Amino acid sequence: MSLMSWIDERFPATKVWNEHLAEYYAPKNFNFWYFFGSLAMLVLVNQILTGVWLAMSYKPDAMQAFGSVEYIMRDVEWGWLIRYLHSTGASAFFIVIYLHMFRGLIYGSYRAPRELLWIIGVVLYVLMMATAFMGYLLPWGQMSYWGAQVIINLFSAVPVIGPELGVWIRGDYVISDATLNRFFALHFLLPFLLAAVVFIHIVALHKVGSNNPDGIEIKKNKGENGIPKDGIPFHPYYSVKDTVGVAGFLFLFAAAVFFAPEMGGYFLEPPNFDPADPLKTPVHIAPVWYFTPFYAILRAVPSIAGSAFPGVVAMGAAIVVLFFLPWLDRSPVKSIRYKGAIVKGAIAIFVVVFILLGWLGTQPATPILTLLAQISTVLYFAFFLLMPFYSKMDKTKPVPERVTK
Amino acid sequence: MKKLPMNKLIAAFLLALAPLLGLAAGGGAHLDDADIDVSDQASLQRGAKYFVNYCLSCHSAKFQRYNRLARDLGLTEDEVKENLMFTTDKIGETMNIAMSPANAEAWFGVAPPDLSLIARARGVDYIYTYLRGFYVDEARPFGVNNVVFPDVGMPHVLWELQGMQKAVFEEVDGQQVVKELVPVEGAAGQGKMSPEEFDGAMRDLTAFLSYVAEPVQLERKRIGVWVLLFLAVFFVLSYLLKKEYWKDVH
Repeated sequence: MSLMSWIDERFPATKVWNEHLAEYYAPKNFNFWYFFGSLAMLVLVNQILTGVWLAMSYKPDAMQAFGSVEYIMRDVEWGWLIRYLHSTGASAFFIVIYLHMFRGLIYGSYRAPRELLWIIGVVLYVLMMATAFMGYLLPWGQMSYWGAQVIINLFSAVPVIGPELGVWIRGDYVISDATLNRFFALHFLLPFLLAAVVFIHIVALHKVGSNNPDGIEIKKNKGENGIPKDGIPFHPYYSVKDTVGVAGFLFLFAAAVFFAPEMGGYFLEPPNFDPADPLKTPVHIAPVWYFTPFYAILRAVPSIAGSAFPGVVAMGAAIVVLFFLPWLDRSPVKSIRYKGAIVKGAIAIFVVVFILLGWLGTQPATPILTLLAQISTVLYFAFFLLMPFYSKMDKTKPVPERVTK
Repeated sequence: MKKLPMNKLIAAFLLALAPLLGLAAGGGAHLDDADIDVSDQASLQRGAKYFVNYCLSCHSAKFQRYNRLARDLGLTEDEVKENLMFTTDKIGETMNIAMSPANAEAWFGVAPPDLSLIARARGVDYIYTYLRGFYVDEARPFGVNNVVFPDVGMPHVLWELQGMQKAVFEEVDGQQVVKELVPVEGAAGQGKMSPEEFDGAMRDLTAFLSYVAEPVQLERKRIGVWVLLFLAVFFVLSYLLKKEYWKDVH
């Protein structure tokens, strides 16, 4: 005790512990969807730890990169496990984050006073995509090389400054050793930036308090002791509950790592087991699955005057529109539980469209699939841009005073 | 939130898409099922023998170490040295070839690819079909073509085992497509092996290439079983702990 008070006089250890864990009151009605925040942090820690260990044996050199990955897979003690934890972790990170974002979407967790919390979350998502994109170049396989080629060429499609911009990003006129080196440097740096923004995300969360499946502010209903009547201390209640989520997640994660690390070509694409060859373009270039919805949007927009720039704008807009979500939703209620048929239908269509776009992005562009992608793209944007209207028209149900089970 | 209607809607939508899936697939030659067993060490040993005798003079497996091969295939290092290695190679080295890439390109038009990861890049069914898919085509430099790799630059190095095959074509949508492969008439159509023996040998070779593409695959699955068992127990215990803590939350 005396040691603790000695520390507390110099560093607010007990204060921080209480404010953020033992006396941080979270709504007691969290359901399945509330596991994914803590799981996202777990996966981030996994990515950073395995990533640092991979970096100990990886060579960011166009001549050696591909071979060094195989060296890790075969000669480094437990290297295969570290590598699969990292490659499977990348896909797991996106699965977890997409489910985490979907939770926010259905329970209105982006609504006031959580607008900044949502925006910081979207910043995290963008950082995560940048990190994943750069990381995918590092194995230096055919898909690494040509996938990066396609994406960087998007920047070259920007009018006037495009070509210069492309060279600036690559550090060369083509993807080369220079590109690999800088991508490795940034791929190592960004996760720490990501961790810092996660910290800010949690600071923002603990300022406004957690939303819940009923979309009710539990702070509006406090007992005489000043504690929300529907709140329970995060620790130990949610620390033990999240442990169950961690166990369940790890079971599925380990099943993938040990029994299906390639996941049928979705987590590790077969062409990426061929070393990068700048002279041999693969027949069919598809980005990794977590980028394919946006890739499908990119391809769906027709070129204007031979420039792919409109598609690039649409792809960027598909992500940027997320930042505005808090102000697009005009519904009087937050949670889908009390929303009407119109919003429920809109969300259902959005889910189908997003998954469909993801699948379309993995397929070669045939006329009928392109048409399907165009319809999906229109519906994707309609979900957001028409939200101010349909969310207002929607017939909502009365929201109870207290949270329900 | 009523979950069922949304799920039903998604299911209905995906069902409606099913014909499109069929439409988008297709293309590429039919691949035979390799049906390999990577846990069968005898099969891998035979495969290693075929690989060393028929492939390793032109194709390397530059990520595969000989001593790892010995350990994983249940052979002693001396057995590997005697049967699978050239005398100049050392047991800790990888399966390299003497031919330089420059020479290879000059002789074959294209350097024969390293085969360390070919099974992961193309899939085992592709390899199994490819190895059995050579047929006489006088228009090609080496007099053979391949059903799954049109205009391949490789000669039919296994012809003495299989014998030569010729293709029977059929016309599909105005294009000549290989319908089936049959032995050519006469002695050239007879290999040292019967068709069944040859298929078995190619299955062994494919199994070996699958092993080489990921030597740790068996160990990975063996460890994975224990990891999943542990996590299942951990899940149950953590769930019971959670229930205990949450007893007083109403």
